[in-house]
Amino acid sequence: MFKTTAATLAFALTTTTAMAATDITWWHGMGGRNGEVINEIAQQFNAAQDQCALTPISKGTYEEALSSGIAAFRSGEQPNILQVFDAGAATIIAAKGATIPAEDLIKGAGESFNREDFIAGVRNFYADSDGKFIGMPFNSSAPILYLNTEAFEKAGVEAPKTWEDFEAIAPKLKEAGYIPLTASQLTWMMVENFKSRNNQQFATNNNGYDAIQGTELVVNDDNQVMMFEKLKEWADEGYFGFYGAGWSDNLKPFEEGKAATWIGSSGSFGGLQKSAEFPFGAVFMPYWDSIEGAGTQSFIGGAALFAMAGKPEAENACTAQFFTFLTSPETQVYWHKNTGYVPVTEAAYELAKSQGYYDEKPVAEIGIQQLMLPGGEWTKGYRMGFYPQIRSVMEREFNRIFSGEVSVKDAFNTIEEEGNALLARFAKTAK
Amino acid sequence: MTDTPLSSTGSDPKILHRLRAWWSGETATPVKRVQFDQQLTPWLFVLPQLAVVVIFFYWPSVQAVTSSFYIEDPFGFGATFVGMENYADALNSSEYLSTAAFTAFFCVLVTALALGFGLLLAVKADKVIRGAETYKTLLISVYAIAPPVAGLIGMMFFDMHMGPFTKLAALFGYELKVGINYWDTATALIVIAVWKQIPYNFIFFLSGLQSVPVSVREAALIDAKSGWRRFRDVTLPLLAPTAFFLLIINITYTMFDTFPIIDVIVKDKPANNPMTLVYKVYLDGFKGNDIGGSSAQSVILMIVVAVLTVLQFRFLERRVHYG
Repeated sequence: MFKTTAATLAFALTTTTAMAATDITWWHGMGGRNGEVINEIAQQFNAAQDQCALTPISKGTYEEALSSGIAAFRSGEQPNILQVFDAGAATIIAAKGATIPAEDLIKGAGESFNREDFIAGVRNFYADSDGKFIGMPFNSSAPILYLNTEAFEKAGVEAPKTWEDFEAIAPKLKEAGYIPLTASQLTWMMVENFKSRNNQQFATNNNGYDAIQGTELVVNDDNQVMMFEKLKEWADEGYFGFYGAGWSDNLKPFEEGKAATWIGSSGSFGGLQKSAEFPFGAVFMPYWDSIEGAGTQSFIGGAALFAMAGKPEAENACTAQFFTFLTSPETQVYWHKNTGYVPVTEAAYELAKSQGYYDEKPVAEIGIQQLMLPGGEWTKGYRMGFYPQIRSVMEREFNRIFSGEVSVKDAFNTIEEEGNALLARFAKTAK
Repeated sequence: MTDTPLSSTGSDPKILHRLRAWWSGETATPVKRVQFDQQLTPWLFVLPQLAVVVIFFYWPSVQAVTSSFYIEDPFGFGATFVGMENYADALNSSEYLSTAAFTAFFCVLVTALALGFGLLLAVKADKVIRGAETYKTLLISVYAIAPPVAGLIGMMFFDMHMGPFTKLAALFGYELKVGINYWDTATALIVIAVWKQIPYNFIFFLSGLQSVPVSVREAALIDAKSGWRRFRDVTLPLLAPTAFFLLIINITYTMFDTFPIIDVIVKDKPANNPMTLVYKVYLDGFKGNDIGGSSAQSVILMIVVAVLTVLQFRFLERRVHYG
């Protein structure tokens, strides 16, 4: 009785929703301004047509969105669309009956879909090994190096292109009174994207894309160990500030104008415009000149949207329609400008460019340009199960490296050992 | 203000007393029995409570035990029976064992400190005459703070960029690095957890103290001049039922209810920071989506708590004298 009354009331209130509209839901893990923009996009979609009504619901963080989605799926209450973050990609892609591949969904609904429309850096991460899109890339970002313009002027140095450049300018930045380098989420920046930016193998089985069984991490190699030995050395000399595993703890010194640089997400741009009270710029994340073939593109971070299986045909058609709407240049540019995440299609990038957006805000272009750099054998990212736990192992060992408890080599040996044990466990779930 | 806690202390130890009597097979002092005419009526009365226990406790427990024997894909497509492998994996992992060691250490220290400070403050507040109510209210008010909020407030004090405690430590030449240094984070955790729990212990101890009969106090005053001796020989034994009750509550608190404090301090990324077993169950189950492994851990935890409770009743509670 109450339900009926409430439904009638809700119906009476939502006058914009046409009577025959099919309702679909979208669970996501974004808060703050990004969450608001998601609501705005949903409103735009609902206003643009009258067969479908989309309701986005925030489920907290990325991890919470994924675990809510899983719990809901197990009890048959899954949403139509679930946002899953990069580290959770393997979990949902391995569960083949849980989702409808985005490509199949869109083509099945009779809409056009072309992989080549998407910019190079986003094509593989949420796709299967044949390149078929399983998830729909949505909020994509790249790690870039933000610079405090004043600090660089004061020290009289140029923005670094390579880590060798950074080593050369770090003493001057320190002398000018700044912490030369800070970075959030070293797992993403200094391992996952270190591998991509320097074209280094990250895991066996083609970085995990080819098979779940037998995939093992490749992280205690000389180059990876060298990166962290350098970071530790820089930390000891006062060239690198390490503030633990928390994202904002490492961002804070940059926001306060104490750090000359910060490696963060291109998606942090929107927030930084509000929080940093000084002029700042950005350049590509540095690579090692000494590593042969380095300087390749980074792969996307952020998250993708997955169409959950077990929904009626009419709702799936609406989901497909929404995916098409979402990748339209206009929606992409709106999302790009309001959040700082990169546009995922070439057409959207061209549209933003033609609107003169990058003349006005050059920093906004760095992320997408970095994703469009030439690729290499190992620049597609990775596909590994239980990856959030592998990240936790890395975070634990990184703290130990910087507190001087373990040597870099030992830390990466531990990461490889524990990481491989987790991968082996995951392989058992995926039989 | 003091009436409510007083009556509640009065009843809780009595429940324990009855439990003890039941445990040791003694015939409890007959309580006034209410007889129902029909067999069904009493069951109807307990039904809601039973339903709650079955749905929210037994059912999930059975599920946890079942899934602890499987390695399962998160979405529930396939579960492979692995026997005791999840248990073996947990107990062989150095990470799990160090978390267990920290939990034990944390449990002992927080319980001891929270009980100690609670008792000290209660004894002192009991003697205050002028402004007693204000004192008590101020001491008790912390209890009204929800654990996540307590964690947040505590974290502000220990924040590595702007926390006053960090600055204070710096004055003494120590660089406090909560979130990076294992023991610095452990210290912050313990301080916040103890701070949060003191008022609870305080309330119970205070009302326990106030239920010590005046005649006994006066008699003791004649026998012993030393305040410490009076406290040790007379007050403390009379407080024992309250203390035992609080001991169990405090252990449960440190093992389970400190979860939000830990969550706020490690900010979802524990790295090498200390955490308790419960937090690890959450991390592996909800963040890591490893349902089998996480279930095995929670079953281990269930067993530990059950054994602890039995031991407490069996050995410690015997020494408690109920007036």
